Amino acid sequence: MMGELRLMKGNEVIAEAAIRAGVDGYFGYPITPQSEVMETLMLRKPWEETGMVVLQAESEVASINMVYGGAACGKMVMTSSSSPGFSLMQEGMSYLAGAELPCVVVNVVRGGPGLGTIQPSQADYFQAVKGGGHGDYHAIVLAPNSVQEMNDFVTLAFDLAFKYRTPAVILSDGAIGQMMEKVVLNDFVPRRTEEQIRKQCGDWCTIGSKNHRVVTSLELDSSVMEKRNIELLKKYAEIQKEVLFEEYMVDDADYLFVAFGLASRICKKAIEMARAKGHKVGLIRPITLYPFPTKVIHDRGIKTKGILCVEMNAGQMIEDVKLAVECKVPVEWAGRYGGIIPSPDEILEAFETKIIGG
Amino acid sequence: MELKDIIKEENIVYKKSKLILDNVMHYCPGCSHGVIHKLIAEVIDEMDIQEKTIGVSPVGCSVFAYNYIDIDWQEAAHGRAPAVGTAIKRLLPEKFVFTYQGDGDLASIGAAEILHACNRGEDIVCIFVNNAIYGMTGGQMAPTTLVGMKTATTPYGRDVELNGYPMKMTELVAQLPGTCYVTRQSVETAAAVRKTKKAIRKAFENQKEKRGTSFIEVVSTCNSGWKVDPVKANKWMQDHMFKFYQLGDLKDATKPEGSEYEQYIKE
Ligand SMILES: Cc1ncc(C[n+]2csc(CCOP(=O)(O)OP(=O)(O)O)c2C)c(N)n1
Ligand code: SF4
Repeated sequence: MMGELRLMKGNEVIAEAAIRAGVDGYFGYPITPQSEVMETLMLRKPWEETGMVVLQAESEVASINMVYGGAACGKMVMTSSSSPGFSLMQEGMSYLAGAELPCVVVNVVRGGPGLGTIQPSQADYFQAVKGGGHGDYHAIVLAPNSVQEMNDFVTLAFDLAFKYRTPAVILSDGAIGQMMEKVVLNDFVPRRTEEQIRKQCGDWCTIGSKNHRVVTSLELDSSVMEKRNIELLKKYAEIQKEVLFEEYMVDDADYLFVAFGLASRICKKAIEMARAKGHKVGLIRPITLYPFPTKVIHDRGIKTKGILCVEMNAGQMIEDVKLAVECKVPVEWAGRYGGIIPSPDEILEAFETKIIGG
Repeated sequence: MELKDIIKEENIVYKKSKLILDNVMHYCPGCSHGVIHKLIAEVIDEMDIQEKTIGVSPVGCSVFAYNYIDIDWQEAAHGRAPAVGTAIKRLLPEKFVFTYQGDGDLASIGAAEILHACNRGEDIVCIFVNNAIYGMTGGQMAPTTLVGMKTATTPYGRDVELNGYPMKMTELVAQLPGTCYVTRQSVETAAAVRKTKKAIRKAFENQKEKRGTSFIEVVSTCNSGWKVDPVKANKWMQDHMFKFYQLGDLKDATKPEGSEYEQYIKE
């Protein structure tokens, strides 16, 4: 049976998908361009419908620490924010990763640095995929490029977060948060009972027990701490098998575009235009930014004459693309920053001057 | 009568709470943290809520509080315990949730979190150990350090022009409508210990009745940070700290006429 079809904003869909996924708690703080997430939740009053807790915290620092408290109870908890708020959340992200807690954090990215602009950007790539907070850790990072994926990735992010007991980030941008598209919604999944949570979480969730369970990221003995780091690294190695990506017109491609999120949609248009001019261009779109689709970019990439990495930032993912192809083929950057969305013409022009001409 | 006749179950007048784990405490001799832990454990035990209680431990000397009381614990980031506790309680409203924080943790980096949790009236118990100094990091100035007090970062004594005034968190949170019970106690004498235990018990009872936030400050010593022996530390606290941080209930919503302090400020 096909789910319910609606015309919705990306941010609204995040809220609706959370309710339908049986999320237990949302803790947020307003910031443009993602405030509709909490606004939609408040309007919908899910506490009456499913018992979901929705709370406006006093800051992003508080909201991510609320997420920590809820996650440590084995609950499905999430927050959302945009770049300056996501920066404030990095403290909590590191603690969640250190204590090995599952949660979902949505970052609807805007231009920066600093207060920056409220316009869409992909400038938080480094922060999201390289750790962001202190210490050696990673979060799983999913990059939707449509309102439908904003819906689908809420469930996917929770599944992965619980499977690996680690924070998962949905990294979208202001445009995907604000744009309206058709979306097929999921069916309702009931929230888990305390019994089900105890069963699913085994011995790590602190919901009251006689077993003296402790959730902590602290370990003063360096030799034990090193072991904990080794365990985390093993987990990150396991997570590599969760790589997701999309390929578009790659089979005969002489050239590749690599782009994620909104930029990937613009690339498809640019590919159409390039192919009309006789250039065989294909696209690889990383869907998981962490784990990064290194292997497919390597295997496809080294057979091409050049790669154009298209990003709405000053060139961040390009470093991972260059690493993937071990610099065996030319890799160039194209895009705009500061909250500006590049046009297909600009990308085509960059492709012709930097890749074909270069 | 021989000793073996005296050491009998029926003659026991006091023993360690069964919720206090056998781990060796890391606190300095004379530190107040251990006594306060003991009281919390006794209250949880007496109310028979071990399996229903979740503690949130702080950053500071009591960072390892979770090693000593046999309940479920979450270790929070510096200052964030009230936010963590908020979520636990909202998601598990039938459980008992308490936070445990020092003055650096609660009044400095975590000032926003505690004020907002109290203002929202979260149904939690907040235990605030005020020893007027940062113990763990080696005795630096805390927001609660008294004027003139020498610390590692106020080597010539706290100077108001340079460092501002000491902060009375308990008076601040008593102003907030979300708090139902706000009190300031101490643990340096047997009588004080008994009063503090009563306060902790009352706070947990308040939570049972869903009355809002209960906030208990325990004025304490840090003999290591203050660089005096425990006896001198107690004396200094009695002579100086109690003058500025006056003991007693500041707010008690369970009393229709209000606490003594509330009556006093009304007059
Ligand atoms: C974000 C952050 N900043 C600073 C510290 C270092 N730090 C650890 S304990 C502490 C002060 C704790 O003092 P207090 O809360 O008064 O507790 P006490 O040790 O006196 O019991 C500080 C600043 C930290 N752990 N985290
Ligand atoms: S340094 Fe102070 S607060 Fe810390 S354990 Fe020693 S006496 Fe207690």
